Amino acid sequence: MLTLRKTPIRFAAVATLAVASTFGMAAQATDITGAGSSFVYPVMSKWSAAYAEQTGNRLNYQSVGSGAGIAQIKEGTIDFGASDAPMKAEDLKKFGLGQFPIVVGGIVPVVNIAGVQAGQIKLDGTTLADIFLGKINNWNDPKIAALNAGLKLPAGKITVVHRSDGSGTSFNFTNFLSKVSPTWASQVKFGTAVEWPTGVGGKGNEGVSQYVKQIKGSIGYVEYAYAVKNKLSWTDLKNAAGNVVAPDADSFAAAAATADWASTQDFNLIMTNAPGAKAWPITATTWMIMYKTPKNAGNSKTAFDFFKYALENGQKAASDLDYVPLPPALVKQIEAYWAAEFKH
Amino acid sequence: MSIVSSTDILEQRTRRDARHERLFRWLLKGCALIVLAALLGAAGATLWGGREAFTTFGWHFLVSSEWDPGNDVYGALVPVYGTLVTSFIALLIAVPVSFGIALYLSEVAPAWLRTPVASAIELLAGIPSIIYGMWGLFIFAPFFAEHFKPWLTNNLGNKPDDGQLSWVAEHVPFIGKLFGSDYPFGASILVAGIVLAIMVIPFISSVMREVFQTVPTPLKESAYALGSSTWEVAWNIVLPYTRSAVIGGIFLGLGRALGETMAVTFVLGNSMRLSSSLLDPGTSIASAIANQFSEAVGLQKSALMALAFLLFVVTFIVLLIARLMLRRLASKEGR
Repeated sequence: MLTLRKTPIRFAAVATLAVASTFGMAAQATDITGAGSSFVYPVMSKWSAAYAEQTGNRLNYQSVGSGAGIAQIKEGTIDFGASDAPMKAEDLKKFGLGQFPIVVGGIVPVVNIAGVQAGQIKLDGTTLADIFLGKINNWNDPKIAALNAGLKLPAGKITVVHRSDGSGTSFNFTNFLSKVSPTWASQVKFGTAVEWPTGVGGKGNEGVSQYVKQIKGSIGYVEYAYAVKNKLSWTDLKNAAGNVVAPDADSFAAAAATADWASTQDFNLIMTNAPGAKAWPITATTWMIMYKTPKNAGNSKTAFDFFKYALENGQKAASDLDYVPLPPALVKQIEAYWAAEFKH
Repeated sequence: MSIVSSTDILEQRTRRDARHERLFRWLLKGCALIVLAALLGAAGATLWGGREAFTTFGWHFLVSSEWDPGNDVYGALVPVYGTLVTSFIALLIAVPVSFGIALYLSEVAPAWLRTPVASAIELLAGIPSIIYGMWGLFIFAPFFAEHFKPWLTNNLGNKPDDGQLSWVAEHVPFIGKLFGSDYPFGASILVAGIVLAIMVIPFISSVMREVFQTVPTPLKESAYALGSSTWEVAWNIVLPYTRSAVIGGIFLGLGRALGETMAVTFVLGNSMRLSSSLLDPGTSIASAIANQFSEAVGLQKSALMALAFLLFVVTFIVLLIARLMLRRLASKEGR
């Protein structure tokens, strides 16, 4: 009886303490809010945890999708938006927004063919596009064989697996296919969602990974980290320079470094099919979108402080999650852009 | 004096009662109107959101099977078809099974078993749909693809692995088309229908069980006394007595099946192409919206809103059919 009566009191004391400490922290720290791309969500949460530990400022990042992120920053309900596709110069100007990339990641085609391990099969852009167009529908197609001398590929129907939800991954993947295949560019075009000529749709990277694992003879595309985590067999790709490259941190970094950032306005450049000799052809970034003259200057200042921390000290966290930090030259260019374009 | 004052008090009380009565009536009316307002508001908002798509494509929106965000051309036929067919399959399976469950629990099962099984069914109804979706994607769809699908395509479909049409596929119209598929995986319209059936069985069966228990015992006992079997009692006494409530329960399940989103998104295959085969992937209204809404802009967003409005229309039509069915049954009863 005695303990029964005591327990609520003790509980109440603990609760009060917890509430007090939360308020205590909130009083001295700034909470900033961002929303958008799910592509950067893992690294954002890792960065924000580390950043909160260091400064006490907390970041609340909602992974709601790029479209919703852009809509919310236009409404001015958040401190920054994050999008996998860059906003057009006129839209930026109209809303008084600026944008800059934050981190780089790779998208890899993954296959499920009996006896084929990761990195054993090579494809080039046009073949990949023809597969996703449904023009090449068997693994023993001479075009695939021509790229893979020495690898015995079994006859088997190809099943295409694509994303069913609108996503930045699809945006960059279809953007690459549009750049390498005129048929794709005229028929399907590129975007976060397109009318896929063939195949089945999985929801999210998880959904695509799951389908590719289940379906023999399938080919899909996922973020590199998912392919590594799920032990999927990725393919090597022939890049714009004509070299066959494997997807890894080096080839993603090569793509980021050789992309022609210097001559862009507002970093409006989609990195796919980058020209570098070692560049991975389907490399992507996510843009942070912010007001040039923010309503809440304090929050905006904290957001920039957070991005500075992410760009300068967040490399290890990014690499741990299979992202690639931005090349130093690009970081310099971004910081110059901040100084020139934003009031903070 | 005292008489006057007492009638005064009486009058006062009547007036007060009348006032309370009025207030109570308004309160009740308000509660009912909230539902109506919510319904009209939601339907109106989706119609307003979809006006761009409706004005751009007109009637074509309803009959076009194209959904092409690249070229900004949208049609609702594929998702509407997927929604209707998956729900139909779900009911085809769920109604007989639920009837069996309810009958067993109310007529046949020993008393000690009834309560635990009934609570188990109610627990099943409380499982979030994402769990059904994950189970469907990770366990059921691969199992189906390995064990059931080959048999279906080879014995009923028009695209068997060995190229030889079975007797059924050759002689029964449409069967070949329904079960012909050369996609080698499980997620499909049929699997979505089966998963939906499992999801709506708890709803339908718990309603049926409740209403079966309301059948007066003397009615059943007299039938038994006349030598009826359990089946005859169920079919001739219990079912007619509870018919309208049973149909209500079925439509409750149907409503859930039509609007189910997460589970269907996982197991439907999410392909925006029209296929006559139940073993091919498809899409439904709810899953198309869930998939594309977060990244949709402009006309695509409007088309998704228009789809949402169509879901209202489809549900409304289905409920209307249910009402008409009930009315026809009622008028037959009178004769």
